[in-house]
Amino acid sequence: MIEFKNVSFTYPSGAEALKEINVKIKDPDFIAIIGENGAGKTTFIKHLNGILKPTRGEIYINGLNTKKASVAELSRDVGIVFQNPDHQLFCETVEEEIAFGLKNFGFNKDIISERVTWALNLLDLTKYRKVSPFMLSGGERKRVALATILAWDPKILVLDEPTIGQDFNQKDKLRQFIIQLTSQGRTVIMVTHDVEFVADCNPKIIVMSHSRIITTGSAREVLTNFDILSKASVIPPQITQLFSQLSDLDLPQNIIDLYEAKQLIIDLTKRRLDNESL
Amino acid sequence: MKVFEGLKFKRGTTVIHRLDPRTKFLVSCMIFTLALLFTELFSIIILFIAQLPIIFSARIHREWSRSLRGSLTLVVIILFTNLIVGYVSNNFQLTSQLLTYSISMAFRFVVLMSSFSLFFLTTSPDDLSLALEQSHIPYEFCFAFTTAIRFVPVLAIEAQTIMDAQRSRGLELDKGNFLKRIRNYIPILIPLIVGAIRRSLELAEAMESRAFGAKKKRTNLYRLQLKRSDYITFLISFIILSLSLYIRYNIPIPELQFPL
Repeated sequence: MIEFKNVSFTYPSGAEALKEINVKIKDPDFIAIIGENGAGKTTFIKHLNGILKPTRGEIYINGLNTKKASVAELSRDVGIVFQNPDHQLFCETVEEEIAFGLKNFGFNKDIISERVTWALNLLDLTKYRKVSPFMLSGGERKRVALATILAWDPKILVLDEPTIGQDFNQKDKLRQFIIQLTSQGRTVIMVTHDVEFVADCNPKIIVMSHSRIITTGSAREVLTNFDILSKASVIPPQITQLFSQLSDLDLPQNIIDLYEAKQLIIDLTKRRLDNESL
Repeated sequence: MKVFEGLKFKRGTTVIHRLDPRTKFLVSCMIFTLALLFTELFSIIILFIAQLPIIFSARIHREWSRSLRGSLTLVVIILFTNLIVGYVSNNFQLTSQLLTYSISMAFRFVVLMSSFSLFFLTTSPDDLSLALEQSHIPYEFCFAFTTAIRFVPVLAIEAQTIMDAQRSRGLELDKGNFLKRIRNYIPILIPLIVGAIRRSLELAEAMESRAFGAKKKRTNLYRLQLKRSDYITFLISFIILSLSLYIRYNIPIPELQFPL
């Protein structure tokens, strides 16, 4: 469980990146954080494993105050996958890369090799076991970065912009993968600009703007609220926009799902055809 | 990484900022020379104190002190290297002279650091590039040099991000003995270096696509011009340098000694 109590954070340069954040995330949960560039999303997630400590207020991760714990202690429970995999890959092989975190947390040899194999499998990387991570493509490197964190099975997984540089297939795999994780009782928090991906995943949403949380709610509530979204420089999913522009057809306005939309259009067409034939 | 803070240009309008970059370079070089000229603790302390008014009048003391604090590790390394080497070559005897010498060597490094800090904190990369060009250094060299400097803060930010990422993987930088601590930096240095190389290749492509080197003769929008304040600074520097040389070779310098 994650609890932010009146958290504010100011960078040494004087920029206030978080203002009075109050939020509670229970386990398991699936959260997407959206908001404009510089809204404070990355600052927010850096507080989850204590890389940044609040200037004011307290943060509790599973009851532990982040001010009183080391980054390593907190990272055992909160795994953060950063945006750019090139900021963390340094080993000679993918295998060693995945083992790095496990070694840091003091797992014994047998468990390490077992976990490495498991993580490689999970992310479809087994064939790259002995390959240098620097030889892989961008999308593959991103998956390696994810595997390195998943290897120690953190209870809370945080993903910063997981969809960048991923093609449609990989995105879809990622979506299935995240949903699988949440169904296994993990909490997943992702920061993203990709509203279409968010709409597909259907998580709870936290909207941040100008260092504050301006709203929280289900994907359906938030992604169809044009006012809130425009405040955070986010455009609603295309399907929502389409339904909004077709508002005079008397269609519901809270659509984020493609299949639901398809069904509604089929129904509408059928009704029209029936009317005509009468 | 705090060391780099001392190299990051901070825009300002103080007298020091408005000096010609060439003048500032000369002053920094003078301090540098003086620091190399003297080895006695007493003179190095004076040199250090003499820099303070300049630093405070340029209002860069905060960045300057941060960079000094950042270089603390290096200072300690210099101190101990001198102590150990002296100790071994001195038949394993620790004398108060040796201690004083090692301390002044470490302090000398602080003086060198702050003279560079002073220059880079008050000189914008653009001015620096202009100064180099107007000193008839080939443009390619000027460009390489200023680009290197311009990228220092970028690299510093990147180093911080990498550190965050590796600490999130359970890396504890300040854990273990001395050797282990040095090894702890490998996961940070490798991505940093790889990133720098990758970035330089990208930069080269971007520059070529903007016709870098298409014409042999380049023109500049701005030109640097020496002002009266620059000539005055030249004069003062020259006087100080000649005086110091005179003192160095003709007047005995009082010896400070750390008692053991």
